[in-house]
Amino acid sequence: MACIEARGLRKAFGSTIALDGVDLRVEEGRILGIIGPNGAGKSTALHAILGLTPYQGELKVLGRDPWSERDQLMRDVSFIADVAVMPRGMRVSQAIDYVDGVHPRFDRTKAEGFLAKTNIKPTSKVRELSKGMVTQLHLALVMAIDAKLLVLDEPTLGLDILYRKQFYDSLLNDYFDRSRTIVVTTHQVDEIQDVLTDVMFINQGRIVMECGMEEFESRYVEVMVRPENLAAARAYKPMHERQVFGRSILLFDQANRDELAALGDLRTPGIADLFVAVMGNHGGDQ
Amino acid sequence: MTTVDSPEVAPQLSSPTRPMYWSIRREIWENRSIYAAPVVTACIMLFGVFISMFTLPHRISAAMGDPGKLHGVVEMPYDMTAGLILVTAFLVGVFYCLDALHGERRDRSILFWKSLPVSDRTTVLAKATIPLVVLPLFSYVLILVTQFIIVILYTIALLGHAQALEAFFSNLKFFQLSMALLYAFVVIALWHAPVYCWLLLVSGWAKRATFLWAVMPFLAIGVFTKIAFGSASFFTFLGNRLVGWFNKAFIAPQKGAPHLDPLAAMTPGTLLSTPSLWIGLLFAALFFAAAVRMRRYREPI
Repeated sequence: MACIEARGLRKAFGSTIALDGVDLRVEEGRILGIIGPNGAGKSTALHAILGLTPYQGELKVLGRDPWSERDQLMRDVSFIADVAVMPRGMRVSQAIDYVDGVHPRFDRTKAEGFLAKTNIKPTSKVRELSKGMVTQLHLALVMAIDAKLLVLDEPTLGLDILYRKQFYDSLLNDYFDRSRTIVVTTHQVDEIQDVLTDVMFINQGRIVMECGMEEFESRYVEVMVRPENLAAARAYKPMHERQVFGRSILLFDQANRDELAALGDLRTPGIADLFVAVMGNHGGDQ
Repeated sequence: MTTVDSPEVAPQLSSPTRPMYWSIRREIWENRSIYAAPVVTACIMLFGVFISMFTLPHRISAAMGDPGKLHGVVEMPYDMTAGLILVTAFLVGVFYCLDALHGERRDRSILFWKSLPVSDRTTVLAKATIPLVVLPLFSYVLILVTQFIIVILYTIALLGHAQALEAFFSNLKFFQLSMALLYAFVVIALWHAPVYCWLLLVSGWAKRATFLWAVMPFLAIGVFTKIAFGSASFFTFLGNRLVGWFNKAFIAPQKGAPHLDPLAAMTPGTLLSTPSLWIGLLFAALFFAAAVRMRRYREPI
């Protein structure tokens, strides 16, 4: 059974189409990154998966219909939205008590163990914590839940690089195993490139590209072309070309690496670079 | 006995969860005014009583011989305490409800609450429980405690005035008063249920200015019917919804008539045969269902 399965997922806000017939299948044990510009429909897709918003089309998460069965689904699904959503008037210990009281799969000792490694005091109110600490608290709560699917919507928004690094490190080291699935959206794409097993680009409510990271690495190649070889390299039809420090970097999809190697240095492109390339190509047909 | 069972070491699959209980507790954690405001009111009342201690013996002696007046002197602080804490609880309940489903959308914490396995119905029910059960129960206990402290203070004030002390206790019907008060709290909760559920609904629906959305439509209808048809019946209806419970649940005290025992003044039969009680409860149920739906559909503002 796929963890998430969507067919023809549609959602419109008035005349704005947020999701325009999305077909999606996320298998168990994957870490999928959904990348897209603001307003592309990422959050709407996640909200539909979490049962926070009604939609048209077919959608099954862990075999359930999220909109009609949100509360049961949330026994197996955890969610971290951007950092501001922890209730500010509660104390840290109260937040733990509450989750412990309502969640059958919450392990209190685990959460307290995670928190002990931070500077967060159990008696502090959430509003007294820094942004980074609120995220640490939320992550500690979520990691102590034995969920099958974890959804992260811009979880590290507004955090400094130390907290961001720490966030993904603890997620991978202390939480992720092959039986869990993680779906994440973020603008700090390159920071999670090594974390992901799959990547998906979404624009204007449609999926414009999706592939596994192994495929990504074998399929896409960037060449830093020596100036005298530029014309020759262009003959291989790059999907994108950009200038860095006066040198041209050409991005190829499924090109012959041996031949390209003669023209310059090869490397695997960053997701952000590929994203710019793909969006540039799709920008014309708006 | 052959063997003694070793302590059960069955794996803890999942501890039983109590979403309703914890949802109510977290409302109280997040809204300290639920208990703080009535307590502050009680303290102010007690301070006033403390000052009046010094004139009490004189006032009782002066009222001696006039049963009605004596009764007033003795019972007044108790009625005032109960009344003021009741009004406080009502105001706290109103403002609590107006924020209950609005605040969590405003600060986006709804995304946190909804990421936990608690249904929208349980959440809204927990929120409705605050003004309908938690606040009344707390206020009731608070009133009893406050009144008990008043009895102690007044007894101290009257020490050495044997006659006044006797008059004081013979006019004080502490038990009857507390029973009548409990009854009144139940009646008020039932009578005000549609008010609170309406406020919850508006709180879940309005994007801003919840108070205006909750109140203005009624004022507008009232003013309109008054101007267009010269009829004040809509205002009568509104007033009835707020304070009409008293005349249905109790025999109203008549001027000059002998004072009734609090328990004898209760008229539950009249109350239960009042259509507007039942119509009100029907509307409360409708508003509640609509509020649950709002909780489900509405997203952060």
